[in-house]
Amino acid sequence: MSVPDSTSSPAIAPREYEVYSGDDLGTNVLEVSMGPQHPSTHGVFRMNVTLDGETVVKLKPVFGYLHRNHEKLGEGMTYLGSMPYTDRLDYFCSMTNNWAYALTAEKLAGIAVPERAEYIRVIMAELTRLQNHASLMGFLTNDLGASGTPLLYAMREREHILDLFEWVSGARMMCNYMRFGGVRNDLPEGWLEQCKKVVDAFPAFLDEFDALLTGNEIIQARCQNVGILPRDLAINASITGPCLRASGVNYDIRKVDKYGIYDRFNFQVPLGEVGDCYDRFMLRLLEMRESVKILKQALSQIPASGPTLDAKSRNFRPKPGEAYGRIESPKGELGFYLISDGGPKPYRYRIRPPSFINLTVLEDMCLGQKIADTVIILGSIDIVLGEVDR
Amino acid sequence: MIDIAPILARFPSLAHDPAANALIVPAHLALEVARYLRDNPAYLLDYASNVTGVDYLATEKKSKVKQADGVYKEIVTKTEAGMEVVYHLYSMHLGHGPLVLKQRTSREKPVVTSLTPVYRGAEFQEREVFDLFGIHFDGHPDLRRILMWDEFKDYPMRKDYIAPDDFQYEPTPHGDVLAEAQKYYGLPEEKK
Repeated sequence: MSVPDSTSSPAIAPREYEVYSGDDLGTNVLEVSMGPQHPSTHGVFRMNVTLDGETVVKLKPVFGYLHRNHEKLGEGMTYLGSMPYTDRLDYFCSMTNNWAYALTAEKLAGIAVPERAEYIRVIMAELTRLQNHASLMGFLTNDLGASGTPLLYAMREREHILDLFEWVSGARMMCNYMRFGGVRNDLPEGWLEQCKKVVDAFPAFLDEFDALLTGNEIIQARCQNVGILPRDLAINASITGPCLRASGVNYDIRKVDKYGIYDRFNFQVPLGEVGDCYDRFMLRLLEMRESVKILKQALSQIPASGPTLDAKSRNFRPKPGEAYGRIESPKGELGFYLISDGGPKPYRYRIRPPSFINLTVLEDMCLGQKIADTVIILGSIDIVLGEVDR
Repeated sequence: MIDIAPILARFPSLAHDPAANALIVPAHLALEVARYLRDNPAYLLDYASNVTGVDYLATEKKSKVKQADGVYKEIVTKTEAGMEVVYHLYSMHLGHGPLVLKQRTSREKPVVTSLTPVYRGAEFQEREVFDLFGIHFDGHPDLRRILMWDEFKDYPMRKDYIAPDDFQYEPTPHGDVLAEAQKYYGLPEEKK
């Protein structure tokens, strides 16, 4: 081992610093990965955003973190076995998920639904819409920085509706209530009276929400003319639900298909004009008012007694064939596509999730906006990752 | 219901699937047919609601059918293997639908034509079909995996997919799980 010769070590050259002259300042775009644990992405969702300053120039949504191949699971079990799993798709709206699946299976097997069960389904679906839209408006204001107060107002109302769900199905969120050919059990005694009370009290909450939020200057400044979705793009990109109607397209499957008994109720389809976040926000409020109208009619028309389940769901073996059924879930068109080969399991079990397809235009709506606005735009689409990833 | 006889007359090379009332489109005509259905004022099918794939394995089914002279004769019905991409088209302007459009392809080299240039709403759904079924879409602007991660190799929605062997330790196994666990840990038989 040789001892280093101190004289042979290289001299350290003094470091040279360039002085910035100021005329060749180039800017670079910055790539930011927002998520998957970002609190405003409503779950495990990621946006690969490319920014020029604060302006979005490119945005690619990345998801699949919750993917469990629901469709493969559905093909491995009986038709009825998938029913509880549909609760987990859009876990805010398990009742409408149940209905969409039951509707498709009924279409496949040609099963009729008793009248009382149809009324119960409509009541459940509209209650689901109320609590989904109310929570969405709360979450959206949360994204705007309103620190949870409007959200808690919405959650307070949602609690009354979840109590009703728990009373009838035994579960607050994972209801698993509908069956092929009806609903699992009849309404318990006193349920309709309590439901009437909740529905009658709901407009007061809507007025309160309306007075608090829609005239609010911050909400108007942050939402108006932000994230505009043009009408033609909305149609071409298969956007459904409130996002589509906020862009001014009159397409509500309750009116178009008249599935169930929706042709018996008198209600209107609210439409937006601009297609911005504010329209999407307001549309939910207006839709809740229409849902209250439907609920009041359904509660007064529902037959006092009668069967609620005709067909037997067990050992369900539809004839070979295929069916596509769809309903207007609170988030958009929820469709199921079933192919039967005559066996006890579906040969193909496909879910058309509204949240997943509504994300197609996320980039188009965010381009040219500030990065802070992407949070509101995403919030106004109303996605649930359980349904996006399946 | 949409009357599909005029479409079949306009495009003679389309086939008709009577069981599903679907049009079967060859890949080279798919874009032209889709544009025709979207823009023709009689149909205006401007909304591609649902896009999905279906995987069919070759099957052989034996059944005994009673002949006129009372003798049972065995009949073998075979179905061919293949893959399908199914499109459900609706019209938002006219409020009718669905029209079912199918593209068929082979299982060995599954290639169909992407309809994303006509229907933007098919973009993510075709990516999903590519991801889970391994069907390649010609002309798709951004064909990447969407739900599975990029490094994933197989196509899970295929009927012959074998799930990877990822058995995990189970503290209280029983039933099928016990049989599986015994292979790994040599656990004792379940107590009766």
